[in-house]
Amino acid sequence: MKTATIQLETLTCPSCLQKIEGAMKGLGGVDQDTVKVLFNSSKLKLNYREDEISIGEIEAAINNVGYEVKKSNVKPA
Amino acid sequence: MKNMQRRILRNKNSIALISGILITGGFLSKWLMGSMAFFQWTLITASILGIAPIAIQAYQALTVKVVSIDVLVTIAVGGAFLIRNFEESAIVTFLFLFGAFLEQRTLEKTRSAIKELTEMAPESALKQMENGEFREVEVDEVDVGDILLVKTGAKVPVDGTVISGEGSINEASITGESFPVEKEEGSGVYAGTILDNGTIQIVANRVGEDTTFGKIIELVEEAQDSKSEAERFIDRFSKYYTPAVLVLAFIVWLFSKNVELAITILVLGCPGALVIGVPVSNVAGIGNGARHGVLLKGSEVIRDFSRLDTMVFDKTGTLTMGDPTVAEVEHYGDHIEEALGYLASVERESDHPLAKAVLQEIGDTTFWPVENTVVVKGAGIVAVVNGRKVAVGNTALMERENIVLDDQAKADVAAFEKNGSSLVLTAVDGELKLLMGVRDQVRPGVKEDLQRLKRLGVKHLIMLSGDNQGTVDVVSRSLGLTAAHGNMLPEDKAAYVKDLIENQNRIVAFVGDGVNDSPSLALANIGIAMGGGTDVAIETSDVVLMNSDFSRLPHALGLTKATAGNMRQNMVIAVGVVLVLLYSVLFSDWVNMSIGMLVHEGSILAVILNGMRLLRYRLSG
Repeated sequence: MKTATIQLETLTCPSCLQKIEGAMKGLGGVDQDTVKVLFNSSKLKLNYREDEISIGEIEAAINNVGYEVKKSNVKPA
Repeated sequence: MKNMQRRILRNKNSIALISGILITGGFLSKWLMGSMAFFQWTLITASILGIAPIAIQAYQALTVKVVSIDVLVTIAVGGAFLIRNFEESAIVTFLFLFGAFLEQRTLEKTRSAIKELTEMAPESALKQMENGEFREVEVDEVDVGDILLVKTGAKVPVDGTVISGEGSINEASITGESFPVEKEEGSGVYAGTILDNGTIQIVANRVGEDTTFGKIIELVEEAQDSKSEAERFIDRFSKYYTPAVLVLAFIVWLFSKNVELAITILVLGCPGALVIGVPVSNVAGIGNGARHGVLLKGSEVIRDFSRLDTMVFDKTGTLTMGDPTVAEVEHYGDHIEEALGYLASVERESDHPLAKAVLQEIGDTTFWPVENTVVVKGAGIVAVVNGRKVAVGNTALMERENIVLDDQAKADVAAFEKNGSSLVLTAVDGELKLLMGVRDQVRPGVKEDLQRLKRLGVKHLIMLSGDNQGTVDVVSRSLGLTAAHGNMLPEDKAAYVKDLIENQNRIVAFVGDGVNDSPSLALANIGIAMGGGTDVAIETSDVVLMNSDFSRLPHALGLTKATAGNMRQNMVIAVGVVLVLLYSVLFSDWVNMSIGMLVHEGSILAVILNGMRLLRYRLSG
């Protein structure tokens, strides 16, 4: 299990949160209970199982809903 | 295809600009030249251009099963297109994009205070490599035990201890005070502070998020996004609100066959101001606090703090300096210099708290060897110094030693006691020479600060202390407190706080130093720690006053009141706008799609601008 803190581009629109949460919902290997989108600091925090999904795949999913990833910080949970 | 999408999204702002120019051009040509054809074509172009990024966002949202605002707007604009109302479709897309642009700008501003803080975090460090040379590395690559070099003007990258060199450091980012602090071998240094001059080598004790600065940043970052119960409710509500609007619009269209009405409802269904209204107040309020040395842990804290009616203070170290000093001195007869020397010699061998204060007061003097020391418990010390019999202690000791106090001395003793001082009398060979009054002095300005708190609506100001009731009463009277209780152990204080909350239904803030009062800090509705950036204070409390600065307390209370009020205003704006619009669209005819979008975007800007006012908040009076 790893903990990722992903810095996104500045979040401004009210529906960003729902979209990013939605994007994470479809991903296997992401611990859904830990998914937290922080509006003001424009960050996404979550835990994931590294044998099921990679940080690259998580970032790609974020890109697919239209948000840029600035920097990801991965640590063992 | 993906690249195309990305390019369109990235150029959203340019698209808004072009779309705006096209619309203006179109209207001008219609009014000035009456050219309907040109008018139509410019609006059609503007609509198509404008809807592109919105439609992409809508598509992206739908792929993850989210009905976002973009979806509503895209359908609405599509509908307007179908009924050939290009004027509406062009204006709505333009307003939506332009609104997003303004939101981005203003939100950046609102978040700026906290961003300034987080940007003070060190990014790189000069780390000693195996070959002994220092190389610049990212701060993430520094581990505990690494040796680092810090040069003049650089940020200290981690919490550590100086192992060589010296210099002066500006610790404003930790303590809020910007005067330089001298550091030499063995001194502790904090991450995020700046070396003003000198060069030092340090060994890393704590790195990254474990450093004091890292903890402060984490706290503030978490705080700005923490949500209260009400906000979580709004979030859940808005999740169903948008799809519900879609269904409502569809039903209206089904029954009335009125496309115009149905798409207008769609545009009104954007709960934007509702979702971001409270978070913008929160981030601006917490940002203002961070700038003024007040760390607030989130919106729940703001709400409770703003409503509190009782403040309980620990005395020592909170209302007072926590460091007893000699406040008053009287002397009697001759050879006072000599007596001071004897007194200092006796006190030098004592570990009594008063002794430290006395020695500090006397300063440089001649010290003598002390012989035949007898400690009289609860009274003082009798000893022989330089062949003279010296008695140092309270009035009980003087009585025991049969030392007669004249009327003047008796009057002085009474006066000192009335001021709340502990007495240190010194007699040499049976004759009173010195009278000192030692007091833990009240912090400067505390009285005025307490008055301010009262004016801000705190009804009960209560002091709890381990000191005896007499001392406590004196301090209480001089500060104008509502109640003061002495002889209290930490567990008594905690029980007292619990009683206030549970049996008297008060909303209680406890203000303490965060070390020995942690039970009370945790039990109170709001725990306020006077912590000069200490870890315990940061962890156990809800509010941290940086650098133990009591004068920040009225600002903190005023700020939370202003922030809580600001949140309420934003809720009213957001809910009010939606209600008025929904009512109008159903029961009157002044609302069309463009006006709906204008009001919607306007309300978002209104809540952001309203929140931004908090950044400038200052306590008046």
